[in-house]
Amino acid sequence: MRRRPNYLAGLGSLVWLFLVGLPLYVMLAATLQSQSDYSENGPLSFPRHFTFSNYTQDFHNGFGHYFLNTVLVTFAVVAIVVILVPPLSYAIVRSKGRLSSGAFRLFLLGLAIPAQAVIVPMFYVINKAGLYDNLIGVILPTAAFSMPVCALVLTGVMRDITSDLYEAMAMDGAAPWRVFFQLVLPLSKGGLSTVVVFSALQAWNGFLFPLVLTQSDSSKVVTLGLYNFQTEHGVDIPGLLAAVVLSMLPIFIVYLFARRALVQGLMGVGGK
Amino acid sequence: MTTTSPTVARRRPSGRGSKAAPGRSKAGAAVTRPGFAWAVPATLFFVLFAVLPLVLVAVLSFTDWNGLGSPTFSGLDNWRALIHDHTMIQSLWLSVLITVLGVVVQTPLSILLGVWAAGKQRNRAILSAVYFIPLLLSATAVSVLWRALLDPNFGVPAQAKWLFGNGNLLGEQKGAIGVLVFVGAWQYTPFHTLIYQGATRAIPPVLYQAASLDGAGMVRQFFHITLPQLRNTMITSMILMVVGGLTTFDTVLILTQGGPGTDTTISAYYMYQQAFKSFDFGGGSAIALVLVVIATIISLVVVRVSGYDRMRSTSEGV
Repeated sequence: MRRRPNYLAGLGSLVWLFLVGLPLYVMLAATLQSQSDYSENGPLSFPRHFTFSNYTQDFHNGFGHYFLNTVLVTFAVVAIVVILVPPLSYAIVRSKGRLSSGAFRLFLLGLAIPAQAVIVPMFYVINKAGLYDNLIGVILPTAAFSMPVCALVLTGVMRDITSDLYEAMAMDGAAPWRVFFQLVLPLSKGGLSTVVVFSALQAWNGFLFPLVLTQSDSSKVVTLGLYNFQTEHGVDIPGLLAAVVLSMLPIFIVYLFARRALVQGLMGVGGK
Repeated sequence: MTTTSPTVARRRPSGRGSKAAPGRSKAGAAVTRPGFAWAVPATLFFVLFAVLPLVLVAVLSFTDWNGLGSPTFSGLDNWRALIHDHTMIQSLWLSVLITVLGVVVQTPLSILLGVWAAGKQRNRAILSAVYFIPLLLSATAVSVLWRALLDPNFGVPAQAKWLFGNGNLLGEQKGAIGVLVFVGAWQYTPFHTLIYQGATRAIPPVLYQAASLDGAGMVRQFFHITLPQLRNTMITSMILMVVGGLTTFDTVLILTQGGPGTDTTISAYYMYQQAFKSFDFGGGSAIALVLVVIATIISLVVVRVSGYDRMRSTSEGV
């Protein structure tokens, strides 16, 4: 029972393709030509003399260093989340105590806290802790704010582990930590990959915490570098857009090779 | 509800998973359970870096603090000033306006695209892969990109004057709001398209088969089957749009700086400006608290109306 093709939706999808494709084309084309060529020919023309100088120039302007900072923040945030959240979800799912379900409710409420709302007190706390303008001061709140979604995802996945499996392990006299490492973690792989991708994206794309919690060039992350580039050298559009391309490159590579995991991580859902 | 504790689920064996769930196995070995200690590190960490700041924002809203030294208690001063602050009241309206426009633009777009992308045809899969590229860019990168594209001297408007007039879109309020809504839609429509794509794929095909046996055409099928079946997804998606819209920040900071004048100064940006540009951290905290209250109310609605489980089910087929 094949229906006839849906011309209207097809047309709409082409319009959207144009709206998405054109800016991306202009971006790529601009980065591959010199600034003078770009100003002369305008954004819609095809580059005549290809050059990668915009990219190399970005690295000369400290972008490589920002990149390293972002990589560092991302790894640290993912590490904190992956170490702290699985035991939490395990306790929420398997512990009988009221405290554990109370913890779950706390994290559910945490979903409601927008990061924007806490930047002032965060500035205060991080200052008092002596971590202002220090990458650790960016890592800690970023990790904390990606925890609620991660806890929800992992708790959902761990709930699906049937109790027969727990009983089988109990027959062997397994202690909670053995159940955790031999049963729960292996069966939560899908959820864990979602959690890794989600928290990594939060860290990689994070802007607000670095904006208010760091200051000097040495602790600058990529997003902040982009913002500064735009406010200081906004005229150098090819250089600026090359920086934008560089900032998304790692995510794009993951998208090419692990699209499903990335999309689930982006949406903070699933993991089956 | 998502908060059903495992204990309760076990007492009602039909709840989830397996049917056999007595507390002890037949051999009599007690099933060992983890204690609360397992949850302590994560909970402590979260309390320290998320809950404590949230409490502090309330405290700071009753103080006077310029960012250096220590905050001093100032009673209701910040709140009194806030109530009479025209920019604040205007910023709330602007937040609502931009949020509503965002929902109105993005919802029909993402439903149409999502339903279209739910088809299994190969060309759709390839095109969809392109559609979702904006998702890979951070909000910062998206804003920087559009700022460059819309530059009145070196951007697209300079080359397409027939379409953009004098080209300075960000120079007046209507243009600036339009740009903010457009860039928001450009960035977030793919996300909502994904939600609708998953939900559409989860609709039982038998409904469509029955409808076409009854002679219902495509348009009628869309309005009588697809849309009603997507109702819950629409609620979830719209709530996410509302929360996202009300907390828009990066886009405003990079594209308009709240300008021209205060024409696009929405609440989240106004709070940032008060605290980190005017160094009135107490006043900024008061605005932040208003934002928290609004966001909490909306999120309570999220948990009540949609439930996280439903969001999970929409991811099928992603």
